[in-house]
Amino acid sequence: MLSDHVIAQIERELKKYPAEQRQSAVMAALRFVQDEKGWIANDDIAAVADYLGMAKMAVYEVATFYHMYKLKPMGKHTLTVCTNLSCQLMGANETLAYLENKLGIGLNEVTADGQFSLREAECMGACIDAPLMTVNNRRLCARLTPEKIDRILAKLSAGGELASGEENVR
Amino acid sequence: MSGPVIFNTLEFDQPWTLDNYLKVGGYQALRKILTEKIAPEAIIAEVKTSALRGRGGAGFPTGLKWSFMPRTYKGDKYIVCNTDEGEPGTCKDWYILRYNPHALIEGMAIAAYTMGVKTGYNYVHGEIFEAYERMEAACEEARAAGYLGKNILGFDFEFDLHNHLGYGAYICGEETALLESIEGKKGQPRFKPPFPASFGLYGKPTTINNTETFASIPYIVREGGQKFLELGRPNSGGTKLFSVSGHVNNPGNFELPMGTPFAKLLELAGGVRHGHKLKAVIPGGSSMPVLPGEIMMETDMDYDSIQKAGSYLGSGAVIVMDDTVCMVKALERLAYFYFEESCGQCTPCREGTGWLYRIIHRIEHGQGKPEDLDLLLSLCDNIAGRTICALGDAAAWPVQGMLKHYRHEFEYHIEHKRCLV
Repeated sequence: MLSDHVIAQIERELKKYPAEQRQSAVMAALRFVQDEKGWIANDDIAAVADYLGMAKMAVYEVATFYHMYKLKPMGKHTLTVCTNLSCQLMGANETLAYLENKLGIGLNEVTADGQFSLREAECMGACIDAPLMTVNNRRLCARLTPEKIDRILAKLSAGGELASGEENVR
Repeated sequence: MSGPVIFNTLEFDQPWTLDNYLKVGGYQALRKILTEKIAPEAIIAEVKTSALRGRGGAGFPTGLKWSFMPRTYKGDKYIVCNTDEGEPGTCKDWYILRYNPHALIEGMAIAAYTMGVKTGYNYVHGEIFEAYERMEAACEEARAAGYLGKNILGFDFEFDLHNHLGYGAYICGEETALLESIEGKKGQPRFKPPFPASFGLYGKPTTINNTETFASIPYIVREGGQKFLELGRPNSGGTKLFSVSGHVNNPGNFELPMGTPFAKLLELAGGVRHGHKLKAVIPGGSSMPVLPGEIMMETDMDYDSIQKAGSYLGSGAVIVMDDTVCMVKALERLAYFYFEESCGQCTPCREGTGWLYRIIHRIEHGQGKPEDLDLLLSLCDNIAGRTICALGDAAAWPVQGMLKHYRHEFEYHIEHKRCLV
């Protein structure tokens, strides 16, 4: 079952596309589900398929093709670190190691308290601000240093949220 | 760093607002073509004069591309902007959405008028969500002020623009994969022909341009194609956005005339970090062959000059590497990227990218064999040019470039089981 909130979001998205092209909203629909519950279960895939008039398999293909969807439960906050070349040159492997050490988890794992999980990403398209990570696929945190990471983790642990662009300043 | 064509609002505190865009002559070009009822053919001629070439990496002449659209076609047609910027090193279009989204909106509106299109889509890279939100807000702002929607500026001209957020797939930067993705499918490239101009989004005639390409259009219409051309060089008109990342003191996006010497660009980016020596440069995004620093220091940043030096301008993303970089390790990371991002449709790419990665990985980890280097080159020959889209070429070129200029580092790794640097 899709929540009223998710349905309202999908309806807004559908207005972007021709009426007979409901499938065009599938990427957004899966994103809305994930934003609400943290991950996408097979039941959610079926619900999105029903709502958009698609085959379940076609929705599953989309959910598994694009890297940013999460098909198993993850931490409340997912931290995704880019390790591609421009970031690697600027120390992204050390950034990732610092996060792994600090959180006590490896890639694709969840902290014991369920607060954080770690993922690795390919190029995010913000290479001049390397090393960088995203929080919950929404907030880009740039030019990471141990101090900056500590500050971000403390804020999120305390129940806070990052404002748009808050950690994306030079 | 600000420039005349695209980064022309950076002096303001909030460069992205409509008010500030209007202060630098924003939407004057759109108003001019509507007021003076300028013929679409005349706009295409102006764009051809400007020598504007596709800024996404392929460098195809924009005016020529626009002329492929069937103007008299009666059904729906589309224009699509490719902001799915995921080529390692490249982050210029991110800055256009962040700092001057209205230049893109105006450029697309002019393109829509020229090609007789009523609907456009802007496909945004999934990881830059904040820029997507800003672009959504800018479209709302433009709609409310009468620059998008029905009867634009009171004229009989209708165009609306919608943003579509990607969600983590490099391949969607390939234009037909991008169309599949907007249609709500896996982003797997289509076989061409038919080309998008005849069979594009939802099977309708479609023109796809890069963000920087569209955002250059208002200047060309406002100031004239000749003036844009003269900003740069013949065959490389205008300014170009260069993303400089890696080992420089001041990484950033810079708008500079085509043909600016690389040495000047490096200086603007603060020079190589902490007094290290320049070793190598990837001049146009990760898919382009690497060039040694000393060659780059003699090269200008335009299509022809970089091609003469043995690489391509590509997206204009410049990755700078200093003398601490092990080229085997650098190439291992890039090879992993193409392996991870291959869509799996064509066998040479799906199997070949994994093969390339595993060989480079074993060389990096001290298990390489002397015959591995020729095997890598043979694999490249069997991937490049043998796939539906250019991802196969993109995976092969960095390997060929590295082995051309740094083969000795790979041989050293194989023989001594450790880095030369």
